[in-house]
Amino acid sequence: MKPAAFDYLRAATQEEALEALARAGGEARILAGGQSLLPMLNMRLARPRVLVDIMRIPGLDGVAVEKGSLRIGAAARQAALLARPGLAAEQPLLAEAMPWIGHAQTRSRGTLCGSIAHADPSAELPLLLLALEGEVALRSRRRARRVAAQDFFTGLMSTAREEDEMIEAIHIPLAHPGEGHAFAEIGRRHGDFAIIACAARVREGAVRLAVGGVADRPVARAMPGLDSPELDAALEALGWELEARDDLHASAAYRRAMLRRLGRAVIARAAAEVR
Amino acid sequence: MPLLPAGRRHRVAFILNGVAVEADCEPRALLSDVLRHSLAATGTHVGCEHGVCGACTVQIDGVPARACLTLAVQVEGAALRTVEGLGTPDRLSILQQCFREEHGLQCGFCTPGILMSLDALLRENPSPSEQDLKENLSGHLCRCTGYAPILRAARRAAERLKDAEHA
Ligand code: FES
Ligand code: FES
Repeated sequence: MKPAAFDYLRAATQEEALEALARAGGEARILAGGQSLLPMLNMRLARPRVLVDIMRIPGLDGVAVEKGSLRIGAAARQAALLARPGLAAEQPLLAEAMPWIGHAQTRSRGTLCGSIAHADPSAELPLLLLALEGEVALRSRRRARRVAAQDFFTGLMSTAREEDEMIEAIHIPLAHPGEGHAFAEIGRRHGDFAIIACAARVREGAVRLAVGGVADRPVARAMPGLDSPELDAALEALGWELEARDDLHASAAYRRAMLRRLGRAVIARAAAEVR
Repeated sequence: MPLLPAGRRHRVAFILNGVAVEADCEPRALLSDVLRHSLAATGTHVGCEHGVCGACTVQIDGVPARACLTLAVQVEGAALRTVEGLGTPDRLSILQQCFREEHGLQCGFCTPGILMSLDALLRENPSPSEQDLKENLSGHLCRCTGYAPILRAARRAAERLKDAEHA
C-alpha cells in the first residue's frame, strides 16, 4: 500500500502545470487535494510518472458568481465551499448534498474539481454537476473549452478530458427561482461512497432526476410528475436501463428497489418545496 | 518551479507540534510514514492506508486530515499537529482525560486519530450537537468501544472545556 515512484512538480503557475501535462504525454496526473488520487496511488491502481501539484498556484482556489453560475476553481476545497456564506441561497441542492461528500477529515483537503476529474460513479459531486446541468472548464496549451456535464462523464472513471488538459474550474448554475430540489443517499456509513444517491429538481411541473451509484456514471433523466400514474413505471424502467450491478455492498435488485423508493422520495420532497 | 525527481530523497521542512522539523524523503513518501519512520512520531497510527479508517488523522494548519492521503512533500511549510502535541502522559489534555474517565478507548488503535478530529471540532464548535459529534466520528472506525463511550467522552470534554473557559 505504498505509491510507486514518481517525479513531483510543485507548479508555481498554471502555465507550468499545462506545460508539464503536455510534455508527459498522458503519464502525468494533476495532484490537488489528493483525496481521490492518493488511494489510487497507494493501491497502485494509478502509476503516473509525474505528479503536478497545483495547490500553490495563486488564485486557482477561487469561488465566485459569474454570469449566473458559481465558478469553482480547480484548487477550491470542499470544506471551503461548505463554509461559504450564502451557498444555501445560491445553490441549495449543493448546500444540501455537500455534507454527504466524504467526511470532515477528507473534505478539509479534497477539492470539488478533483472529484469531478476522478469521476467515480458513486461519488456525489459528479452526480450533482449532472443534476444541476453544470459545465467543466478544461484548458491545455492548445486550447480552452467547456464541456457540459452530460458529455463529460463517459464511463467508469473516464471522462472527456484529454491527456494534456486540466480542469481549471467547474461552473454550476445558480438556483432558479421557483425551483424545488432534494437529495438523498444510501451508504454504509454517512460519508462513504453511495450505494445509490438521487437528486431531483422540480420546476413548473418538469421533473429532472439524477441517479448515482448504479450505472458506470451518473445519469439524469426527465421524469413524470409526482401525481402521474406513469412515475412508478418510469422509475422501474430507469432501474433496468441503468443495468444495476451486484457488488459487495448491495445486489442489483436492491439497487433497483431503492431507486424506486429514493427516486420517488426526492421527487416528492422537491415538489413539496414549490407548492 | 521545484521539480523533485523520483527515487531521490528531498529535504522537506515543516512545523510539528510547534517545533521546526526536517525530513529527507522521496516524493512518493506518505506523511504517515514520514511522521512515524523519519520523525519517530509513532502516536499517529496507520490502519488502512486508503483514507477509510481514520487512524492516521492529524491536523494540518489546524484542520483534520488523513496523513495516509497526504504526501510528505505536500506539507512543506505547513504547521502540523499530532497526538503528541495534545498532552503528555502526566499532563493529559482535557479531551484525553475525558477519554480516560469515560473509557473512550480499549486497544487505543483508533484513539489518536479520533482525538485529533474531536480536538479540532471542539475548537471550532464548542457546543456540538449529538448529530455534529456523530457525523464527525463517521470519519473514524473503532473496532472495540461501540462508539458510545467515545460520544460520552466527547460530550464531557465539551462541557469541561466550556467550564474551563468561564473559570
Ligand atoms: S490509515 Fe489513513 S485513513 Fe486509514
Ligand atoms: S479502541 Fe480499539 S479500535 Fe477503537
